[in-house]
Amino acid sequence: MENFELINALVLISNFVLIPALSYGSQLALATLSLTIIYGVLRFSNFAQADWMSFGTMTTILFTWYLQSLGITGGILPTALIALPFAIIVTALFCLLIDRSVYSFYRKKKSPPIVLMIVSVGVMFILQAIVRFIIGPNDRKFFDGEKFIIHALDFKDYFGLSEGLTIKSTQLITLIVAIIAMVSLFYFLQRTKMGKSMRAYSNNEDLALLSGINPERVVLITWVIASALITTAGVLYGLDKSFKPFTYFNLLLPMFAAAIVGGIGSPIGAVIGGYVIAFSEITLTYAYKKFFIYLLPERLEPSGLMQVLSTDYKFAISFIILVIVLIVRPTGIVRGKII
Amino acid sequence: MTDDLRAPLAFTFMGILLALVGFTQSWSVSLSIINLCLISSIMAIGVNLQWGYGGLFNAGVMGFTALGGLTAVLVSYDPVYEAWDKAGIGILISAIILILSITLILFAYRNISSPQFRNTSIILIIIAAIFGINNFYGPSIDIIESINPAKTGFLGGLGLPIVFSWVIAAFVAGLVAWVIGRLTLRLRSDYLAIATLGISEIVIAIVKHEDWLSRGVKNVSGLDRPVPYEIELQQSEWFINLVERINYGTLDSVQTISSRQDLLNDLIIVSSGVFVKLCYAGLFLSVLLLIFYLSHLALNSPWGRMLRAIRDNEEAASSMGKNIFAQHLQIFIIGSAIIGIAGAMLTTLDGQFTPGSYRPLRFTFIIWLMVIVGGSGNNLGSIFGGFFVWFIWIEAEPLSIGFMNLLASGFEYDNPIRMHLLGSAAHLRLFIMGLLLLLALRFMPRGVIPERIQKK
Repeated sequence: MENFELINALVLISNFVLIPALSYGSQLALATLSLTIIYGVLRFSNFAQADWMSFGTMTTILFTWYLQSLGITGGILPTALIALPFAIIVTALFCLLIDRSVYSFYRKKKSPPIVLMIVSVGVMFILQAIVRFIIGPNDRKFFDGEKFIIHALDFKDYFGLSEGLTIKSTQLITLIVAIIAMVSLFYFLQRTKMGKSMRAYSNNEDLALLSGINPERVVLITWVIASALITTAGVLYGLDKSFKPFTYFNLLLPMFAAAIVGGIGSPIGAVIGGYVIAFSEITLTYAYKKFFIYLLPERLEPSGLMQVLSTDYKFAISFIILVIVLIVRPTGIVRGKII
Repeated sequence: MTDDLRAPLAFTFMGILLALVGFTQSWSVSLSIINLCLISSIMAIGVNLQWGYGGLFNAGVMGFTALGGLTAVLVSYDPVYEAWDKAGIGILISAIILILSITLILFAYRNISSPQFRNTSIILIIIAAIFGINNFYGPSIDIIESINPAKTGFLGGLGLPIVFSWVIAAFVAGLVAWVIGRLTLRLRSDYLAIATLGISEIVIAIVKHEDWLSRGVKNVSGLDRPVPYEIELQQSEWFINLVERINYGTLDSVQTISSRQDLLNDLIIVSSGVFVKLCYAGLFLSVLLLIFYLSHLALNSPWGRMLRAIRDNEEAASSMGKNIFAQHLQIFIIGSAIIGIAGAMLTTLDGQFTPGSYRPLRFTFIIWLMVIVGGSGNNLGSIFGGFFVWFIWIEAEPLSIGFMNLLASGFEYDNPIRMHLLGSAAHLRLFIMGLLLLLALRFMPRGVIPERIQKK
């Protein structure tokens, strides 16, 4: 077993750090993309983002239950994936309703972004109330189908290692869905006429209007795309862990941190920011004791947990990275908008 | 309706609402609502200074409130000498290492010109600090938390009267605000909001998880009180005489001596509660009036005019030679210090520090609602907002339960829809708050008592 020490260490790190960070990062990247698109096109920081995410997830859960009651399931895949498109439509319609009744008034008045931000706090309250009213504040698991792709025990037996590698199906699904969503989003933004007009509108509203771009259409498409992204992100997160309104609300800070770290208003930046935040959150709160036991000779073995920060301070990590970026490079990694 | 009449009308209306509660429920309930209204008003003034006069969005009101509460504990609780003896040194050394490393990082950041050398040295300092602190900190907190964990298990405080903490809380909150402000006020307005949101979550994480500091979620109860205890009042001669004199008429109408004594005892118990609440109300009211008066003076001075000028047009103010960053920093610190005072007062009123009860909706966004409904840019408006919104927040619960009962009355007793409706009545409160905010922003953006435009 001596020679396997290094492999064991690597398997350990992939199992507890790399794979979870990759899937959490993908979920966060999708959510941040949604935040950043709203920011780029509608020009305000949307505080309702996290509760919007729980609204989308809640809708998906309701559809999942309905489908299950009809006897339709996804087989080895979670039923929620079938419910997702329906939930996206409902969420987008609901968003458009809120936009018509609330946001559009301030957009027409050309209110400063900070007023829209406060308005979004009001929307946050209402969304939170609706979600808690319909599905309650408790933890809900809505995962069904095959749970594992690689099981730790099988892995151990097969390779004869002392560390097992687990890959949950939700992690793979997250990665695949996130890649599909990102690729199609970037294709849409870069190649299609609508995507180009969206970017033009985001870049310079007056010039876009002069070139005959219909602002209402741009706003509509923006809400639909952002709804699709945030619902997908919420469902993937919920499948991977579980759905609880308060946990979702707490994702607001990582989302904002990711958007600013990557460069707010920039889609590529949102993706990078999402992964940066997720990887730092998980690498800094993981206890490396076992990892070093594998790697170091016996007399150098660490006595403590070898943990940089306790998991209680996950928020602090998003925040510290945010602060470092604000000091060193306020525009974010990819230069975003500065107003 | 002219603007001059709005304030008296609004406050009369508020007075009638509170009196209604007094007559229909009880004066004790009404007074507890008033006490929290007073504290909320102080918080709202703090936020109003930042938003209404400075144009700054502070999304971390909760953090500053919790800092105030923490200060109240650390100032008033008696020190736990055993913990200090056994592990105080370790905590002190960790604190010194922390301060030293921050100073070194700042020094390196400012004085080393080569970026590569600067970044490596900063990273090295951070690693060294983490190792150094872990070495002393972990063992010390284990010792502290193992000393009588059911009752103390923390370092305790300074053992001073709790009223001192109100002043100290202002400094603590102001210091944190200074750090945040230095970092973010030069940047866009949203960054301040997001940074304050972050710092408030961190403050809450610290008070929840650092058991050696304030017992974490085990709560600190039995805090010092600036007012007499009910039980002492019930036994003191002068208080009994006072109650007797006030209720002379009712007592005389009772025939037998024994039932007269029973009635008197009941009256004394009820009145002692009311008296204590009145004492608190008096204390809080004097703080509120003091803060209101001072901010009134400040805002009508040239300094206040400058602030409003900066808020209304940054470029113009800047071209007149005003330092926008410095003024924003000032007002941000002052506002946060006021919120800190209110936080300490809240913990004083509760008599205990419960980190688990700090929720962003209750402590950040409700305060915002107060400022916006009351009228941003007008401290009188904020006071009204504090009273009105807190009143709604309290009364929304029985109202939503009543509403749900009405909705559910058509169903059978054990109908699942009925059970669900009744079970989720509490969430209706959030809905009412959100709706209130949206309606106020839409139809009354200047608030109930708008800012006075001074014309000269």
